Amino acid sequence: MSAVNNDDKLVIAGHEFNSRFILGSGKYSVNLIKAAVEQAGAEIVTLAVRRANSGTENIIDYIPDNVTLMPNTSGARDAREAVRIARLAREMGCGDFVKIEIMRDSKYLMPDNIETVKATEILADEGFIVMPYIMPDLYTARDLENAGAAAVMPLAAPIGSNKGLSSKDFIQMLINEIDLPVIVDAGLGRPSQACQAMEMGADAVMCNTGIASAKNVSLMAKAFGGAVKAGRQAYLAGPGRVLENGADPSSPLTGFISE
Amino acid sequence: MTYLPGMEELEDSDIMDSVISAMNGYDADSYTSEDVERALYHDFCTEDDFGALLSPAAAPYLEQIAQKAQQEKLKHFGNTVLMFTPLYISNYCSNYCVYCGFNCHNDINRRKLNYEEIEEEMQAIAATGLEEVLILTGESREKSDVEYIGEACRIARKYFRYIGLEIYPVNSDEYQYLHDCGADCVTVFQETYDSVMYEKLHVEGHKRIFPYRVNAQERALRGGMRGVGFGALLGLSDFRKDAFATGIHASLIQKKYPQAEISFSCPRLRPIVNNDKINPRDVHERELLQIVCAYRIFMPFAGITISTRERAGFRDNLVKIAATKISAGVSTGIGSHSEKVENAGDDQFVISDGRTVDEVFRALEAEGMQPVMNDYIYV
Repeated sequence: MSAVNNDDKLVIAGHEFNSRFILGSGKYSVNLIKAAVEQAGAEIVTLAVRRANSGTENIIDYIPDNVTLMPNTSGARDAREAVRIARLAREMGCGDFVKIEIMRDSKYLMPDNIETVKATEILADEGFIVMPYIMPDLYTARDLENAGAAAVMPLAAPIGSNKGLSSKDFIQMLINEIDLPVIVDAGLGRPSQACQAMEMGADAVMCNTGIASAKNVSLMAKAFGGAVKAGRQAYLAGPGRVLENGADPSSPLTGFISE
Repeated sequence: MTYLPGMEELEDSDIMDSVISAMNGYDADSYTSEDVERALYHDFCTEDDFGALLSPAAAPYLEQIAQKAQQEKLKHFGNTVLMFTPLYISNYCSNYCVYCGFNCHNDINRRKLNYEEIEEEMQAIAATGLEEVLILTGESREKSDVEYIGEACRIARKYFRYIGLEIYPVNSDEYQYLHDCGADCVTVFQETYDSVMYEKLHVEGHKRIFPYRVNAQERALRGGMRGVGFGALLGLSDFRKDAFATGIHASLIQKKYPQAEISFSCPRLRPIVNNDKINPRDVHERELLQIVCAYRIFMPFAGITISTRERAGFRDNLVKIAATKISAGVSTGIGSHSEKVENAGDDQFVISDGRTVDEVFRALEAEGMQPVMNDYIYV
């Protein structure tokens, strides 16, 4: 992409979004979600089916109508459980988007890439818009592309860690090689980190803890929204080079060429 | 302590031996302030760091420990607090545990709810808005057998989204049956990991068989339960050793069964007023806070439940710092949730926080916390 244009949309399975910031809802007081959505300008909000499944307190009621819901399958330990939770989300009226989260380890909550590919195959066949959360791995991403995923969502760092782009080099490979939208998820704790992911060429970023753990949630949501826009614009503008060694060599190695 | 007939032995498991060996090697008095500072500085809490955080040397650092615990809680759980209530369906017990109000020699009003009464109790609880229930029995297989508990789980499935069990330990095929009936989490209180003290305190009954109890969580996971809870009754023996053993036990189980959802409960024996000189190792609120924070830092992803044996002000603060789960609308008697159930059985213990579900919910909200009725899906 060579020029900034006003029609720069995020397109996922034919659905267009103006915002490239996706908000996670898991760690908020529900009454803060609306403000965070507005301040960050988010158009997609994730929510755990296991939370939305509550009879007395319905998170969905707190999410503005014009926002697309992306239910996630957290709590699933294998493909079979993720498929069941996704189907339940659809029955609950959460739409066709589903974020696949499969964890078989309660300590680090790392996604199980192999089971995620299996679940993606099944759910894509059933017409879901499948958004798999993965460890950034090129082979997995290619398998997901073949399985019918609508995007890939590699993690930047361990979930909840606010550590930023620990897996930067591996995410860059996905950005370079995978034709699906690459949405950087998990571990982004500062707006600057979200901005950096966008500068690298990520199509969108997602954040929950980074905002939820801030002292002023809605102000931090606004900061993330601004950072994502800035990062996207920088990417589209084509960043200038960074001189890693501090200077341009005054006697270039190729100076000997005479013709 | 040989197994009784019918008790399943886990001959291939070395977890109990590892826990006991770690506990025996733990010398709380050997830690220094430097050890504690190192533990506070580390990104990941090692077993040795955990030992330091539980030690007397850590006592002057309680504020810093609480700050670190709170950071971990926020990172893993945000400001959420899960709410639930226990339902005692029977208080018959065939054990003689010298410290327990339900023990078989205590002349109390014994009661066991029939299925209709269980349903009425559950309806009354569900009407408060709760979606998680913990089913408890006294430890009598004869009076409350596995089929009876299973049927209670089936009834609970109609009203609740998450069902936990605190019952006598059973074999893995029985845990499998109870899981199929709808239960997903099993908590077994070890009381104490000091096997000599354990035998002294558990004078009669199947509960005397120490290894069968220690291995209960592992059998539960083999039976398909998703979560297991751990807890020593702090104050029965050396509470620092017991807290250390509880953490190591949970940690080894999680390592062997990485998918298991781990939780801690933190009951304590109440110190007697002015008893400090008699028992300098009593667990006061300060010590309890130190232990709960040490659990949080050692296993930041684990659930921690705080009992109604603690006062409201202590509980409300603990969920802000380290605990993740709080009971409300609690009655430890048999059949006391519904007005329809008559002749309620006696209570197991006196509670210190008698607030209703609504009162706890509003108190949490007022503190900026987010009370959550359900964060679970039975699949």
